[in-house]
Amino acid sequence: MELITNHLLSLILFTPTVAALVMLLLPKDKTTLLRNFALVASLIPFVLTLVVWAGFDPQPSPGVPFQFVEKAEWYSAIRSSYHLGVDGISLPMVLLTTLLTPLAILASYSIEERVKSYMILFLLLETGMLGVFLALDLLLFFVFWEVGLVPMYFLIAQWGSKNRNYAALKFVLYTMGGSLGLLLAIQLMGVAVGSFDLLELYQRWPGLNELSIPIGLPVATVKAIAFWAFVVAFAIKVPVWPFHTWLPDAHTEAPTAGSMILAGVLLKLGAYGFLRLVLPLFPAESQQYAGALALLGVAAIIFGALGAWAQNDFKRLIAYSSINHMGFVVLGIAAAAALINTSSPVALLDKNIALNGAVLQMFNHGLSAAGMFFLVGVLYERTHTRDLNDFGGLFAVVPVYGGVLIFTAMASLGLPGLNGFISEFLVVRGAWPVMTLATALSMIGLFFTGAYILKALKMVLHGPLNARWLGHLTDMTRREMMVIAPLMILMLILGVWPAWLLDVINRAVAFLF
Amino acid sequence: MSFAFTPEMWRSIFPEIGLLILAIVLLVFDLIWLKQPQMRARWLGWMTSIGIVLIMGISAGISMPQGQGSVEWGGMLRFDAAGFVFRMIFMSAAALTALFASQFEALKKRGEFYALLLISTLGMNLMASAADLILLFLAIETTSLPLYVMAGFLTRDDRSVEAGIKYFLFGAITSAVMLYGFSLMYGLTGTTQIYELRSAFQAGNLPVGLAELVIVLVLVGFGFKISAAPFHFWAPDVYSGAPTPVAGFLSTASKAAGFAVLLRVLQIAFAGQGSLWTVLIAVLATASMLIGNYLALAQRSIKRLLAYSSIAHAGYILIGVAADSELGTLSVIYYLIAYLVTNLAAFGIVNLIESRVGSDEISALAGLNRRSAGLGLAMLAALLSLGGIPPFAGFFAKLLVFAAAVERGLIWLVLVGVFNAVVGLYYYLNVLKVIYLHPPVEEKEVFPPTPAWRIALWVCLAGILLIGFWFAPWYSLAQAATSAIWIY
Amino acid sequence: MQFPILSALIFTPIVAGIILLFLPAENRVWIRRIALVAATLILLMSFVLYFTYDVSRGGYQFLEEAKWLPQFGIHYKLGIDGISLPLVLLSGLVIFSGVLVSWNVEDRPREFFSFLMFLGASVLGVFCALDLFLLFFFFELAVFPKYLMIVVWGYPKTREYGGMKLTLYLFIGSVIALVGTLAIYFGSGLRTFDLLALEQAGFPAEFQRLWFPFVFLGFAILGGIFPFHSWAPDGHVAAPTAISMLLAGVEMKVGAFAALRVGIQLLPEGAQYWAVAILLLATINVVYGAFIAMVQTDFKYVIGFSSVSHMGLVLIGFATLNRDGLLGAGMQMFSHGVMTALFFAIVGMVYDRAHTREIGALGGLVQKMPWAAVGFIIGGLVSMGMPGFSGFVSEIPVFMGAWQVAPLVAIVAILGILITAAYIFLVVRRVFFGEIPPALDQSVTDISRKDKLVIGMLALVMILLGWFPSLLTRLIEPGVQSILALIGGGR
Repeated sequence: MELITNHLLSLILFTPTVAALVMLLLPKDKTTLLRNFALVASLIPFVLTLVVWAGFDPQPSPGVPFQFVEKAEWYSAIRSSYHLGVDGISLPMVLLTTLLTPLAILASYSIEERVKSYMILFLLLETGMLGVFLALDLLLFFVFWEVGLVPMYFLIAQWGSKNRNYAALKFVLYTMGGSLGLLLAIQLMGVAVGSFDLLELYQRWPGLNELSIPIGLPVATVKAIAFWAFVVAFAIKVPVWPFHTWLPDAHTEAPTAGSMILAGVLLKLGAYGFLRLVLPLFPAESQQYAGALALLGVAAIIFGALGAWAQNDFKRLIAYSSINHMGFVVLGIAAAAALINTSSPVALLDKNIALNGAVLQMFNHGLSAAGMFFLVGVLYERTHTRDLNDFGGLFAVVPVYGGVLIFTAMASLGLPGLNGFISEFLVVRGAWPVMTLATALSMIGLFFTGAYILKALKMVLHGPLNARWLGHLTDMTRREMMVIAPLMILMLILGVWPAWLLDVINRAVAFLF
Repeated sequence: MSFAFTPEMWRSIFPEIGLLILAIVLLVFDLIWLKQPQMRARWLGWMTSIGIVLIMGISAGISMPQGQGSVEWGGMLRFDAAGFVFRMIFMSAAALTALFASQFEALKKRGEFYALLLISTLGMNLMASAADLILLFLAIETTSLPLYVMAGFLTRDDRSVEAGIKYFLFGAITSAVMLYGFSLMYGLTGTTQIYELRSAFQAGNLPVGLAELVIVLVLVGFGFKISAAPFHFWAPDVYSGAPTPVAGFLSTASKAAGFAVLLRVLQIAFAGQGSLWTVLIAVLATASMLIGNYLALAQRSIKRLLAYSSIAHAGYILIGVAADSELGTLSVIYYLIAYLVTNLAAFGIVNLIESRVGSDEISALAGLNRRSAGLGLAMLAALLSLGGIPPFAGFFAKLLVFAAAVERGLIWLVLVGVFNAVVGLYYYLNVLKVIYLHPPVEEKEVFPPTPAWRIALWVCLAGILLIGFWFAPWYSLAQAATSAIWIY
Repeated sequence: MQFPILSALIFTPIVAGIILLFLPAENRVWIRRIALVAATLILLMSFVLYFTYDVSRGGYQFLEEAKWLPQFGIHYKLGIDGISLPLVLLSGLVIFSGVLVSWNVEDRPREFFSFLMFLGASVLGVFCALDLFLLFFFFELAVFPKYLMIVVWGYPKTREYGGMKLTLYLFIGSVIALVGTLAIYFGSGLRTFDLLALEQAGFPAEFQRLWFPFVFLGFAILGGIFPFHSWAPDGHVAAPTAISMLLAGVEMKVGAFAALRVGIQLLPEGAQYWAVAILLLATINVVYGAFIAMVQTDFKYVIGFSSVSHMGLVLIGFATLNRDGLLGAGMQMFSHGVMTALFFAIVGMVYDRAHTREIGALGGLVQKMPWAAVGFIIGGLVSMGMPGFSGFVSEIPVFMGAWQVAPLVAIVAILGILITAAYIFLVVRRVFFGEIPPALDQSVTDISRKDKLVIGMLALVMILLGWFPSLLTRLIEPGVQSILALIGGGR
């Protein structure tokens, strides 16, 4: 028992990998066995995460920012160690990941081809994502950051739709290209500080005044370059406008569950990178460029919404909506960055609110985006089209689906009473005092958000029924309800009682920043 | 001064006496079996070979020079380790050639052939031990005249006759020039004994220009003997025209004899006068390497290729001479030992193939690996040894030669040498490629190799390998010979 | 009396090779058995060495010494340290894989396996030699097996050209190195070839600066240093599969290793003087190699050029002359060796079945050879330095080392990684996924069990190393420490 409680994080992290290795030995034609095995295997980390949640101390003592810490020798030759830990920011992300993965696997039961490879890749992907959230060593962070790319590439390229090869390649090359700068910056930091351990880096890197590296540039310039290298890499992932162009293709061409995870978790990796690495390691630069970041966030909100409004492809519309929603996350982070190192209690409060909003928005968007993509997939499986013009009046034919779709769409839109409202409100409230213009512009974006969501709903559910669907559509199956129900429940709970999550986030936010 | 024969004197020429007696015995048996060609064919070769081996053995027993060596026969002969080692080299070559010749129809029943071989060897022995210019000249002629005849031995083959005559003419001219050089030396110093010459030259009463002239003249003759450029023109024609075993003998023993006298004269008579001749030798070396290697590239006949390669190897060995050091001399002797077994093996195999396929083109070797894997491997060993690749003898030999040059700071010469080694490797590998890759060529008559030939080849192969990685015995021999030459 | 394991290691293949030559040519069963037994023994011995090397003591272990030619200062001296031990292990793996992959050679298997054994002996000899002459002896020993194996059993259209080019280039490199070696021998005044003695000899700075290029460049040509690298793609592509594996996987490391042992360890000041030039050339290797790989239409040439690129990283690591860089170079030699062996093995499997190497003519092979596809993907991920595999843990220290010396090198070299990623993805997609051409659909069959064993073994090694880098760093670190001590405390 001791072994388990002392290594909970490692267990969470590697159970999916072990399961994937076991699956290698299973026969590849017994699809039911494979699916159920994968589902059960993915539930184990979820259960363990709940255990961690239960054991998480909401009042961490100062000086101990991370809990459930594990540290072991890994690559001591270059001063990098196997160092895991969670705090109030990463734990919700871990929960999100371990929650969405089983749901996505359940949603993948409709995949018929090469189920074994699919499930193995999915499980490996889970490890990759969890690793990013759990790592407290910069090199280890990078390892897991990259590890997640390859399974996703294959999931898109092998099980995606028509244009999948192009989308997958663009996805992987874009992200890897962005990671190159990140890699160089990490190497630089590792050499300059003499260690890759995040806690050490937090302490020593911001204050570093001279570099032992013969680079010939002043330290401030080097740090600025490293800052931008980090920013670009994460900005591609979030995605921050204008680095977003890989997203619509990737999300659209990926298989349903792939899109769920892409939008639900992978985008959060980028935002998490900002919070975990950029802000604490580059406080001065973050503050300096906060305004630019905020503008980019606003651009994402507005252009994302406008882009979504212009779509005829339902899935592509949701993809653009992700850009739109993640823009709020970026705005919140930018606001916090502008207020870094402030001491005035008012500003401090604003900063905390903005950050809380950003992290909550990450969680919320994870839920709603996963839900929306799933529902698009449900529809596509029956109709084999994603063109909004092909639909119409479906509410009458599939009322349950219609109700679920409306519910999820409202959460996405930010209807008060559902989770989306809370997080967006917090972001706006926190950002308003410090970035008034940006916040005001983002309101315009919100307006368009409502527009495109309602447009989508109208074109799918309302209006005259497109005759070809009469009698050919079945409503949602039990399995599909099992996928969407947990998401809906959480959306509701978080909408009316967000405290259970906000408390956890708030402690970390208040403490770290 | 009264002249008395001492036992030392007789011991000092014991091998030569033995060779002479053996030659006479052979001629006698040749007469006895005048009407029985089969007896002659079967036995003469063996008798020669075993006789030589016996002589070598007994010489090692009773005719071994003591300590620093001594000068005998009124200053004519130098009885020392160098002479001993070189004798062993020549006589091994002769023994092996006699065995290889058993594969060659036209030669093996002719007693004169073996007799000439022995006389030539006798001459070489004297060349290596000569301490006086006159004896040296006599020895050179004693060596060369039989060789001219052996080269032209196949009187009905135009190429052989041409080879013999060409060899004779070339040799005669160069000998004459060399003799003129010798006469100048005598004129300048009043002596023909090389140790006295050394004292005379070191005393410094020799004008530089004349000394240079003398050296040039002398080198003409020696250069011819070792087939160094630009005195090499005879070699390709002679090697390809002469009967193959003779070519083998020429390329190994005769060359070694040339180097023996070169060393004796340069290192002893002109001791300490390195500035006069090292550059000249280096130039000869460079010319030989370049001409030998580059012309070898274009050859289609394996014998001509081996001839040009022989010229190139003379160049490599000359590097060791140019070094003008003990290591240099050592490297020369080691190289000659390695080259002996290598080249004899190569020519021996070529001999066999020639008789089977009826041509001495490289293409006659095509697919040899498939026709007879053993022969393919044997040729591989010989070719790679020539190329200087371990674990074969040529590798360490080349290494020593280059080491000698590096030790003396002759870096440019070494670089020329190594780049030529690369060129050399190219054409050796090409032949190897023909042996292993090309489809096998038809053999007109499958002559099985005679037991004598087999034994000779095995001895050579064993030599190629042993000299290639069990250095100590050969190194010690070369060391002993070197010390004998370098006593100041 | 300690068991002379290093001699056993080197002489097993020599003895096996000689025995093979005496077997009758038609006895294929025994020929293969003997080759496999020898290869297995070598692999086992290399594992024994791995597990019994005393990391806490470091330095050269398993020493053996015997007189050879003391008058000239030549000794038969063997020993391995933390740098050569991983390479010995690598050799064991690749020789074993090479024998398995060549199981079905039809044309004169006796000579094939015999020469393969000699090549293996040469490689092992270089890694274990502690006498400069002995090192050179084994180094040159590889010339004739290399040439013959490419020319006789290689790809018919280009084998003669490729084989001759490879052999001559390498011979040129080795003779240049020979001149440098002789200079070292005479320059030390000790008249010995003993590496340990020469390490302490202390050559004057002028001497070192003059002779370092001879020795380093001469050996590094075999390591594929720009601009003397063009033999590698032609030679490797022309060679039969097992030889490509050995040549690219191990022989190139022999060159780099010799450059380290003889160049850097004996002439450290020379190394420092020339480090910038080497960095420049090596960086060109990385980027240029990757660019050229990207435009190839022949599957095998892509791999051939990618080797040039990756060896550039090894040379960068050497040239940094610091702890991280040398560590990375040591890791990269092993990682790249395994990776490229895997690549060439799979290329061979594809070619044996599809009879073409043109990327345009291939496609959809994952349906027929799934193991090969996965193996190639794993190799590809290693090649682009994807974390989770040995390529990443090898490249990171090299880059870190470069940062400490010349940051520009790190920044430029990373381009190589990006380009590598691009062409790997493209090649994988075009060859293994997509539509399978109808001609191939008929003729291509899956790979044999032995082939799968090879792929599994090599892939497993790369994955293990990627997650547990300490498996090798525990060896390489002490080795690097010794080298740094020679350089004078490192930089």
